[in-house]
Amino acid sequence: MTTSERADPSRSVVLETAVRLVFHTVLVFGVYLLFAGHNQPGGGFVGGLVAGCAFVLRYAVTGREGIGRAVPVDPVLPLGAGLLLAGVTGAAAWLLDGQFLESGKVELDLPVLGVVKATSALPFDTGVFLVVVGLVLLVLRTLGAEAEQ
Amino acid sequence: MLALLALHLGLALAVPFAAPRLGPRVFLLAAAAPAATAGWAATRAGDVLDGRPVTSSTAWVPGLGLTLDLRLDPLGLLMVTLVSGVGTLVFLYCAGYFSAGQRGLGRFAGVLTGFSGAMLGLVLADDLLLLYVFWELTSVTSWLLIGFDDESPQSRRAAQQALLVTTLGGLVMLLGLLLLAQEAGTASLSGILADPPRGPTVAIALVLVLVGAFTKSAQVPFHPWLPAAMAAPTPVSAYLHAAAMVKAGVYLVARLAPAFAVVAPWRPLVLTVGLATMLVGGWRALRQSDLKRLLAFGTVSQLGFLMVLLGAGTPEAALAGATLLLAHGLFKSTLFLAVGVIDHETGTRDLRELSGLGRRLPVLAAVATLAALSMAGVPPLLGFVAKEAAYEAFLHGGPGGAVVFAGLFLGSVLTAAYSARFVWGAFASKPSCVATPAHTPSPGFVAPVVVLGASGLVLGLLPGLADPLVQAYAASYPLEAGRELEHLALWHGLTAALGWSALTLAAGAGLFLLREPVRRGQRGASRVLSAVDADRAYDLSLSWLDRAAQRSTAVVQSGSLPVYLGTVLLTLVVLTGGALVGGTSISGDLQLWDRPLQAVVAVVVAAAAVATARAHRRFTAVLLVGAVGYGVAVLFVLQGGPDLALTQFLVETLTLVLFVFVLRRLPSSFPRSTPRRSQLVRAGVATAVGAVVAAGVLVAGQARTAPPASQDYLDRALPEGGGSNVVNVVLVDFRGFDTLGEITVLVVAALGIATLVPAGRRRPQEQSR
Repeated sequence: MTTSERADPSRSVVLETAVRLVFHTVLVFGVYLLFAGHNQPGGGFVGGLVAGCAFVLRYAVTGREGIGRAVPVDPVLPLGAGLLLAGVTGAAAWLLDGQFLESGKVELDLPVLGVVKATSALPFDTGVFLVVVGLVLLVLRTLGAEAEQ
Repeated sequence: MLALLALHLGLALAVPFAAPRLGPRVFLLAAAAPAATAGWAATRAGDVLDGRPVTSSTAWVPGLGLTLDLRLDPLGLLMVTLVSGVGTLVFLYCAGYFSAGQRGLGRFAGVLTGFSGAMLGLVLADDLLLLYVFWELTSVTSWLLIGFDDESPQSRRAAQQALLVTTLGGLVMLLGLLLLAQEAGTASLSGILADPPRGPTVAIALVLVLVGAFTKSAQVPFHPWLPAAMAAPTPVSAYLHAAAMVKAGVYLVARLAPAFAVVAPWRPLVLTVGLATMLVGGWRALRQSDLKRLLAFGTVSQLGFLMVLLGAGTPEAALAGATLLLAHGLFKSTLFLAVGVIDHETGTRDLRELSGLGRRLPVLAAVATLAALSMAGVPPLLGFVAKEAAYEAFLHGGPGGAVVFAGLFLGSVLTAAYSARFVWGAFASKPSCVATPAHTPSPGFVAPVVVLGASGLVLGLLPGLADPLVQAYAASYPLEAGRELEHLALWHGLTAALGWSALTLAAGAGLFLLREPVRRGQRGASRVLSAVDADRAYDLSLSWLDRAAQRSTAVVQSGSLPVYLGTVLLTLVVLTGGALVGGTSISGDLQLWDRPLQAVVAVVVAAAAVATARAHRRFTAVLLVGAVGYGVAVLFVLQGGPDLALTQFLVETLTLVLFVFVLRRLPSSFPRSTPRRSQLVRAGVATAVGAVVAAGVLVAGQARTAPPASQDYLDRALPEGGGSNVVNVVLVDFRGFDTLGEITVLVVAALGIATLVPAGRRRPQEQSR
């Protein structure tokens, strides 16, 4: 079924090593884009796509099993959690007497890190990020299973 | 009042969980809701009858002007008496009717409680839209109740028929209600009645509303759902189809008649339909051998009677109608519940098999006979008082004159005849069959029936008890000075109405005694009449609908991807192109590029696009499509849109990977045998789309009339959104709602992939080439 780490003619050592090197970097880059997005190019959607690309790379080498090991949850979970997070962030504004999805921000002066600004856009964007990652994982699982047969 | 509705809802949700522990006793718990309502209504009765209706108003959706306006006036009080008073007794009866092992008991109890609440809301609602909501809630809950025995195809069909017919009427009625609210400028029911609008639109609105009332109250030609609904457990028949749901249409007519009976189509429509229903129902009731179906057709007949009385639009008729409404609720639920007891104790309700039950179940027989006599209009019962008042209302030149009176008389003769047939069929000792064995029902099981049956007698003997209530409703009609409504009474002296009553009973008795010839005559007539069978018409219209849906689906959903895509693209060309042709112009001074590099990229993109169309191998084509996408992303970079470009690059990459997944399952090359003509058509469509989009971009770029929104976003991004990346601030803040919608779409699409793709895999022969 899968191109696992047994002897396999379709296995490419160069590709495997390269993917192992870059996988985490790409993943972290995706998360970086998510956090940087509010002030620099990036954002939840783009970050999610980059993280998704990391999984695609991994999939190309290890197949579905590898993805399952890297993310040991049902892809539906990040999908639902993301949508829920975005919705809850929007609804949270009601508790503070705001409109649905009205944004708020706090500035904190933390030791070591200095002044940190946090806006309600971040959890919302995280929701978007999770949905996109979940979508990619789900597609890899279902379409990938389709292709592997 | 809102608290009472909440109590119904709360209990409806709670009783299913209590049912496994309590068994049928769960109905005693559920009875708390209607009992509390009835008690509350009794404490308010004095105020309401003195002309001080109880009202409450709670904001619901202020933005849309929707409020939960509730109002208890005399008509509402009368209906609450039926809905909650009779309702309580039916709930108590249920506790004896069902056995502990009954499947789905909790669900049933919950839905019945919910229905009771919906019905209560319906009669209390003082807002047209609120009324509509409760109206449909009763349809849905009754659908669940009729289909209680969900393993029987017959009961599923009956449930579906009831749902389709009543919701069809409900939708028509919604149109009417909206028109009415539009014309009146308010959705408040009491407001509309106080100052009724007039005009042709109102006439149309009323006809639409009446259609809704006719379907709900099982008027000809919508009546077959009601006898079919007898598939439901007997308490449901007693409650929904005698006291509550079918009265909703009658209630609405009674509610609107004081203000709208004078509008042109109202009287002819209501009187014709009501009379036809009364006669058809009575005629069919006379032929039934199943006691429940006999009563069901009897209900149809009585609903027609009520429709005539309450829709006629005179205070006298309204007085009679309100009295009959009460009387019918009492005697018909008694009869249904009595049939339930018979069915429960003997296992049959076919009057050809029942014999000698009068001796075995004397109490039940006495009570049911009382109720049947009330139905037939025999003194001294409430049914007699009501019919007397009805005759009185139409004898002295009521609307429709002699024709309507003749119809009412005939209908009442039939009613008297089938009442006699019921009592004979259920309780008499018949020489032709052996005495039916029967268990003795427990006292608690029969008690609610006795209470209901006896109240018809008490109110008949003391009509003064019900008089204030019905008088208060009749007072909603303007009465000329010096004229006073007669009070309800058993004895009005030797009047013409009394004579007609006696004649009715005599004729009814004659019809019953001559039942053999009558039966033969009916069989002969039904052969002739079978061409106009409303139930068959229902089946035919359903199968016609099925076929129409099938054909239109076959046309619209051809299953061909090129056709779908072509339709979408041609729509784009026609709509956008049509708008472009309408007098727009492109000015001459076009700048071909900002930087020469853009031209280079554009050439590459165009070349890749052409090569894609010419590619023979699928993999090549996919790579070339990718090249087009990356080229466009480069253009975004050159224009200074890093976010857009980044997204484009990533989406292009992911799409490419997905394509590769799919390609593994497809042949490596495109089929070579595409016909020439189809190639030309595709090329034509593609060229047209390209030309229209290009022209559209050029025109739109020059057609700006308002200042661009972008400047506003640029100014507000940092101070309001707290971010300096405007694109991101737009996505997560200014247009956050759109983003939320988009990720919802993503989730839905993902679920579609997760479910449809494996489903397709299970049927490999249907996969694409």
